[in-house]
Amino acid sequence: MANGPAPLISFVDVSKHYGEGETRVDALRGVSFTVAAGEVVGLRGPSGSGKTTVLNIVGCILAPSSGELRLAGEPVFSEGRWRRSDLRGLRLATIGFIFQFHNLLPFLTSTDNVALVLRLAGESAGTAKRRAHELLAYLDVGHRRNAFPAQLSGGEAQRVAIARALANRPRIILADEPTAALDSQRAQVVMDLLRRVAVEQQAAIVVVTHDDKIVNRFDRVLELRDGLLI
Amino acid sequence: MNLAIRDIRHNLGRFLLTCLGLSLLLAIVLSMLGIYRGLVAESLTLARAPAVDLWVVETNTRGPFAEASRLPGDVREAVARVAGVTEAGSLTFQSVETETTAGKLRLYVVGFEPGRPGGPAAIVEGRAIAQSRYEVVIDRSAGVAVGERIRLGRREFRVVGLTARQVSSGGDPVAFITLRDSQKLQFELAPPAARRELARGGSEATSDIVNAVVARVSPDVPVAAVADGVRRWKHLAVLTQEEQETVLSRSVIERARRQIGLFTSLLLIVSTVIIALIVYTLTIDKTREIATLKLIGAPDRVIVGLIMQQALAMGAIGFAFGVAFILAAKDGFPRRVVVESPDVLALGAAVVLVCILASSLGVRLALKVDPATALAG
Ligand SMILES: Nc1ncnc2c1ncn2[C@@H]1O[C@H](COP(=O)(O)OP(=O)(O)OP(=O)(O)O)[C@@H](O)[C@H]1O
Ligand SMILES: [Mg+2]
Repeated sequence: MANGPAPLISFVDVSKHYGEGETRVDALRGVSFTVAAGEVVGLRGPSGSGKTTVLNIVGCILAPSSGELRLAGEPVFSEGRWRRSDLRGLRLATIGFIFQFHNLLPFLTSTDNVALVLRLAGESAGTAKRRAHELLAYLDVGHRRNAFPAQLSGGEAQRVAIARALANRPRIILADEPTAALDSQRAQVVMDLLRRVAVEQQAAIVVVTHDDKIVNRFDRVLELRDGLLI
Repeated sequence: MNLAIRDIRHNLGRFLLTCLGLSLLLAIVLSMLGIYRGLVAESLTLARAPAVDLWVVETNTRGPFAEASRLPGDVREAVARVAGVTEAGSLTFQSVETETTAGKLRLYVVGFEPGRPGGPAAIVEGRAIAQSRYEVVIDRSAGVAVGERIRLGRREFRVVGLTARQVSSGGDPVAFITLRDSQKLQFELAPPAARRELARGGSEATSDIVNAVVARVSPDVPVAAVADGVRRWKHLAVLTQEEQETVLSRSVIERARRQIGLFTSLLLIVSTVIIALIVYTLTIDKTREIATLKLIGAPDRVIVGLIMQQALAMGAIGFAFGVAFILAAKDGFPRRVVVESPDVLALGAAVVLVCILASSLGVRLALKVDPATALAG
């Protein structure tokens, strides 16, 4: 990897603690790793070990307490502060997030939830809708495209959320237990899909999982224990 | 795609219910304002009906509405002779209780001289008083029809005409009868002792008492000059039309006006707080959606748009319904409710302002929302 292009994600000696004094929780203690374009990396560890914290920092939702974050070679967080002022724009353009809980907007249909991020990125209404339909069909929820989130099963909602995360063809995809609500067969489909996106879009993908049925589908698996990589 | 409209459509029932509540609240505010305006307007109808320039009353009084005023009946002729006065008329005023098929009815009876200033301003049904005896023109709000008979004192009067919106400052319907009839009525209704006194005096002159003489002044002569001329006579006080209106709206209804005014102000304050709370809660309810929007990278303007447009839509719809309610209901009130467009516009502007302020307060909090909260279960 030494001669290859800069890794898409590099996490350098990142620490993160919540609270101060008696309530202080050290969620991450000097974690470093990189993920290259085209790689699908798993992130495992017991509950409370800091997996979501890692994803939130990579997704620029959470500021580290110390350490450095670089995305596509560009420093995003270092020396205790964000280096980019437009974190939301960065997120919209380059990061697709699949949350632990699906987080769809309850007042929009499946199609519109996906189309919204395309519209925000500047696509025309027609293009956004067409691409949303393609993605939903691709994720096997095309028949639910006019349903509201409350009318979807957990697995369907999760797949709509995945469609939304993929909509803007992000270079970085972060997924927090994307397959937890899916049966084994659908979990494999999602993994196939992420693998394909990694290859076709040269994306870096980090997937948090407890799920043993997909653990052999990763290029690498990072193990977290009490805020440390082992 | 407009997120505010999508959200409203998705929660249409709740949104409309909130609008309905808001509109009832605003309708109450408007009706309170209307009652206030109505009170002032009603208090002035009696003084405005004769369309005169001067009110001549008993000396040292501000009669005939604020204080009792008694004048000998020949004052009218003296006033009519003053230079600049074109017309003058004698008037009496008294409250009379009577009985109709519908129950007890309190009337404010005005005695006037047909052909001289002081009669009903406009007759909306029937005719004016033609015969000097026992005919009455009465306000529609009394609920009696043309042709009906009502008892005033010992006599039956025939209703020959109806007026609209002629009520006393207390809200009682006004009944117009001739001066002669009214003087008889005054005599009949006077306390027995006073009546005996009058009867013993016996002469026509002593029972020829009026409460005010109204006069119109030629447009070429300054009203104030004529008033000064009349004032210089003994035993007479003069109020210009303007002064009479001030006395009515300031003294006669002052307490009622202040009471309703105060209540209206309180209601306005309470409504402001309620609207602000509704809009604010609406915003805070959206915390999770706002966090999600931030996570997927939506810029602030999208989030502010969602909140502001909803708040304004709610304010506008609630206000429109409120205005519609009050316009539909205002004639059903027992007393006059005057909905003036400047009041309506001012209230509308206030609602918009409150919606913007309250939602911007909510939006400020919303924009501080940690997007990570959207990740929590
Ligand atoms: N906002 C917060 N405030 C305080 N402590 C927090 C906060 N978020 C997480 N923590 C703590 O930080 C540690 C790591 O949390 P994190 O959510 O990263 O764990 P996780 O590995 O994702 O767990 P799970 O598998 O249950 O999702 C936990 O001990 C948690 O209690
Ligand atoms: Mg987690």
